[in-house]
Amino acid sequence: MKNIVVAGNGMVGYKFCEKLLARQKEGLTDGGQFSLTVFGEEPRPAYDRVHLSAYFSGTSADALAMAPASWYADNSIDLRTSQCITHIDREARTVTTHTGQVVAYDTLVMATGSAPFVPPVPGVQKDGIFVYRTIEDLEAMLAWGKRATRAVVIGGGLLGLEAAKAALDMGLETHVVEFAPRLMPRQLDEAGGAMLRQKMEELGIRIHLSKNTAEFEGYDRVTGLRFADGSVLEADMVVISAGIKPRDELARQSGLAVGPRGGILVNDLLQTSDPDIYAIGECALHNSMIYGLVAPGYDMADIVATQLLTGMSAKTFAGFDMSTKLKLIGVDVASFGDPFCEQIPHRTIVWEDRLAGVYKRLNITEDGKHLLGGILVGDAEAYNMLLQTSKNRMVLPPTPEDMLLPARKGDTSSAGAGVMALPDEATVCSCEAITKGTICTAVTEKDATNILAIKKCTKAGTGCGGCVPMLNDLITETLKAQGKIVRKVLCEHFDLTRQELYDLVRINGQTTYAEVLAQYGKGCGCEVCKPAVASVLASVHNQLVARQAVIQDTNDRYLANIQRGGTYSVVPRIAGGEITADKLIVLGEVAKKYNLYCKITGGQRIDLFGARVDQLPYIWEELIDAGFESGHAYGKSLRTVKSCVGSTWCRFGVQDSVAFAVELENRYKGLRSPHKLKSGVSGCARECAEAQSKDFGIIATEKGWNLYVCGNGGVTPRHAQLLATDIDRETCIRYLDRFLMFYIKTAEPLQRTAPWLDKLEGGMAYLKSVVIDDVLGLNEQFEREMDYAVATYQCEWKSVVDDEDLRGQYRHFVNASDTDDTLAFVPNGRGQQQPANW
Amino acid sequence: MVTEFETPETLSWHVAAPISAFPTDGGACVKIGERQIAVFNFSHTGEWYACQNMCPHKMQMILSRGLTGDQNGEPKVACPYHKKTFSLCTGENLNGDDYRIETYPVRVEAGMVYVGL
Ligand code: SRM
Ligand SMILES: Cc1cc2nc3c(=O)[nH]c(=O)nc-3n(C[C@H](O)[C@H](O)[C@H](O)COP(=O)(O)OP(=O)(O)OC[C@H]3O[C@@H](n4cnc5c(N)ncnc54)[C@H](O)[C@@H]3O)c2cc1C
Ligand code: SF4
Ligand code: FES
Repeated sequence: MKNIVVAGNGMVGYKFCEKLLARQKEGLTDGGQFSLTVFGEEPRPAYDRVHLSAYFSGTSADALAMAPASWYADNSIDLRTSQCITHIDREARTVTTHTGQVVAYDTLVMATGSAPFVPPVPGVQKDGIFVYRTIEDLEAMLAWGKRATRAVVIGGGLLGLEAAKAALDMGLETHVVEFAPRLMPRQLDEAGGAMLRQKMEELGIRIHLSKNTAEFEGYDRVTGLRFADGSVLEADMVVISAGIKPRDELARQSGLAVGPRGGILVNDLLQTSDPDIYAIGECALHNSMIYGLVAPGYDMADIVATQLLTGMSAKTFAGFDMSTKLKLIGVDVASFGDPFCEQIPHRTIVWEDRLAGVYKRLNITEDGKHLLGGILVGDAEAYNMLLQTSKNRMVLPPTPEDMLLPARKGDTSSAGAGVMALPDEATVCSCEAITKGTICTAVTEKDATNILAIKKCTKAGTGCGGCVPMLNDLITETLKAQGKIVRKVLCEHFDLTRQELYDLVRINGQTTYAEVLAQYGKGCGCEVCKPAVASVLASVHNQLVARQAVIQDTNDRYLANIQRGGTYSVVPRIAGGEITADKLIVLGEVAKKYNLYCKITGGQRIDLFGARVDQLPYIWEELIDAGFESGHAYGKSLRTVKSCVGSTWCRFGVQDSVAFAVELENRYKGLRSPHKLKSGVSGCARECAEAQSKDFGIIATEKGWNLYVCGNGGVTPRHAQLLATDIDRETCIRYLDRFLMFYIKTAEPLQRTAPWLDKLEGGMAYLKSVVIDDVLGLNEQFEREMDYAVATYQCEWKSVVDDEDLRGQYRHFVNASDTDDTLAFVPNGRGQQQPANW
Repeated sequence: MVTEFETPETLSWHVAAPISAFPTDGGACVKIGERQIAVFNFSHTGEWYACQNMCPHKMQMILSRGLTGDQNGEPKVACPYHKKTFSLCTGENLNGDDYRIETYPVRVEAGMVYVGL
């Protein structure tokens, strides 16, 4: 029996245990049994430090755990948390902890990681100055941040920017101070750093470059930073993220060789100067390198685990690629391979779009055959592909600059098929060192045909998650190559795509969820397929969603948007944003009567917030009496058609945009679709209605209207694309009928028009041929179906208000007339109320 | 509140509401004493379930308004706010978070639904 002791239960220490067990299961043992004891100084088992910032957005400490404490016990691992090893007796081969526990080892694995480097600046011990490494650090930051107003992060590297985003999300005014003349100096060149700076400033983070902190000001709590150039920056919270310092103190004290600037020296087998002691992860110094990333640490863990169990040293550590993609900060940033190529002769291709904030650089060999490395800022979608192309020394296409251009809309050939060109040995998931070959085998032989199954089967994608898009492409392409059609089925209850279900329901005429489930599905359904089927039923039959309330998402169930605290909002339709004074007065009176918070929405209408569920029918009754109707703010259906004032008042207007917007809004109101639909009509090219950011947008010309489709704001803003030019009113409406019906029939659940168009084979050219040239021969049917939807429109709220049964659903308790006594409001400081914080 | 049955354990059964008060394949909230309890029925299996109405994620009184369904046969409810799903048998969170809710036994007799607390 061999005693293995691990010092440090961080990400790499944990991975070592996992790899050891895996190798044992694979039967790689040379027969020897081992006992495993793990010491961790932190109070909890190893957690995912890479996703530490998720703690700020509510992910619990337990959810971040790499494995629960029971996992160690179940696998006979003796895990001792809150135990710091303070002494190694290399003669007696024992370790001693700060509480005096002594354990003997045959092999000791040091996985002590690193600590944040804290520069010895005067005043650094003051209250309010933090580092960013452990859950305890974050807890302390959260507590302090509640009373702080301005945070300064020292360090503009990977971790510093992540810390800055966290501070910003805490609602603090956030500054980043960097010593170097640019952000992320180790990963980005000057132009890339400048672009990143612009992006960070757009997010609201202020950047100060070439600043050397000379002193922290304040009595016992920090009040500001004084820089070497004499300038001062006030702050009541500081986060230091100036780099890492390997935790080699234990090794040093035990006489193991350490590097001149820190780090436990290891050879290619990851042995320290004592062959019975290994060092892995961020504490290890290999070939003058400290690797501050998980992937190389995991690789080291695997190598040592294999060595210990097989007694063989077939695998050695050969250094690691430092390619990185920054996560979580709201800006895509990546660098891969050799981003600078300072030593190697090369050619550089650069693409820069300042307006969009995109900078890309590729370094290629002088003969143009191979990719050496590069930098991506603002759009890192191509990261995985480029990284693999450079790592595998794949031969480049004759026009490598194509790889830099933004993905062409509707060009479906590019990304997906590209992954299949990679060799089988290409590492797709670097955290877990999983190759393309392993993934493809899992798909073909182990039937792992979705991302969850792949994660379970191969562990790929379970680390930083950066490879997930590529995994998805690989699954799809492998299945396609096998001749299997890849279908995006709804969920475990329906082996059908939304489009298939739509067609079946249209042909066979089911009208309820129960019928659809009985005919085509299995089990009891779930929160995914119920609303999806509800949407299909509503699109096909245009029936009242309130009649099947229990299959609707909550907003559709109560025909109102649920808010923090459990109240709902009321949004009446104000077509085109046009409203009379009398109606404005009614809104004001109703709001006053029910004490509702009022706000003008981003969609040119008025939202009344804070209604109790039982008040909704009464409020709507009053609104309907005054001539209002539902605004469908709760539904996956048409929201608003925004308008600008247009030619009736505006000196530049060339058409009556308000009248057209009102007409379109009234035509398509209530139309149920896979996702929400938004529109805008502008009276001239100045585009005050922002029509080009809408699912369909119309801009007046001297001769008629230009029709744009498939734009959106939201998470990934997209400009709509021109479908037709200078068309008249009737043509515009017909094109819209066809376009909308085609989308409603063929999109996936919750897919908006822009991503739908992206996936549409043939792209915009094909869409035009359908809508304008009728290549499918379906336009007549599309128009008929739309006319039916328009003719059968009913105001959902009127139907509810007029129906006693439906009204009866609007109560908090079914066995008491009481209201929910947990609802609570506080003044918002501007004369209205808001829900108490949750 | 009427206590109708006593079982050997200290469980006592409380009247919730008549069956007709509950939507088929959906949930509704009942008040028992000062407590809010969410009650669900599944027509597919004929089973009834009850749990606390409060979602432990953001402490919202809401679970009765969640969509119900099953995950590999395990009955569950999804919170309307952020779609965290909970087993109606064990109360365990099914998304891998460590939230947990209380579940209670339900009994249906002569058209009346009872919850055991
Ligand atoms: C009320 C409003 C904010 C405001 O006070 O101004 C709003 C509120 C919400 N928006 Fe919005 N959005 C509002 C205008 C917008 C706009 C601006 C616009 O329409 O011109 C956008 C960007 C334009 C766009 O959609 O392309 C917008 C993009 C989103 C998105 C992102 C959509 C995307 O495709 O990425 C979501 C999330 C979603 O729908 O999945 C969203 C979701 C939401 C939800 C429904 C989130 C939710 O489920 O609770 C919010 C509901 C609050 C409520 O109960 O009323 N909201 N939202 C605006 C209502 C407009 C209206 O009168 O109906
Ligand atoms: C906010 C943040 C974001 C990050 N993002 C990324 C990213 O996107 N991608 C990426 O690749 N990497 C990222 N990293 C880096 C990554 O977390 C580290 O590379 C990884 O955690 C290193 O693992 P480790 O086990 O070597 O060290 P650690 O995780 O630091 O674990 C070492 C453990 O050993 C314990 N220990 C030390 N000395 C002793 C002792 N004497 N006795 C007992 N226990 C001891 C420590 O308390 C610690 O728990 C990030 C790090 C942070 C802080
Ligand atoms: S942007 Fe929209 S979804 Fe986000 S907080 Fe504002 S209203 Fe809510
Ligand atoms: S409040 Fe229930 S999931 Fe967030």
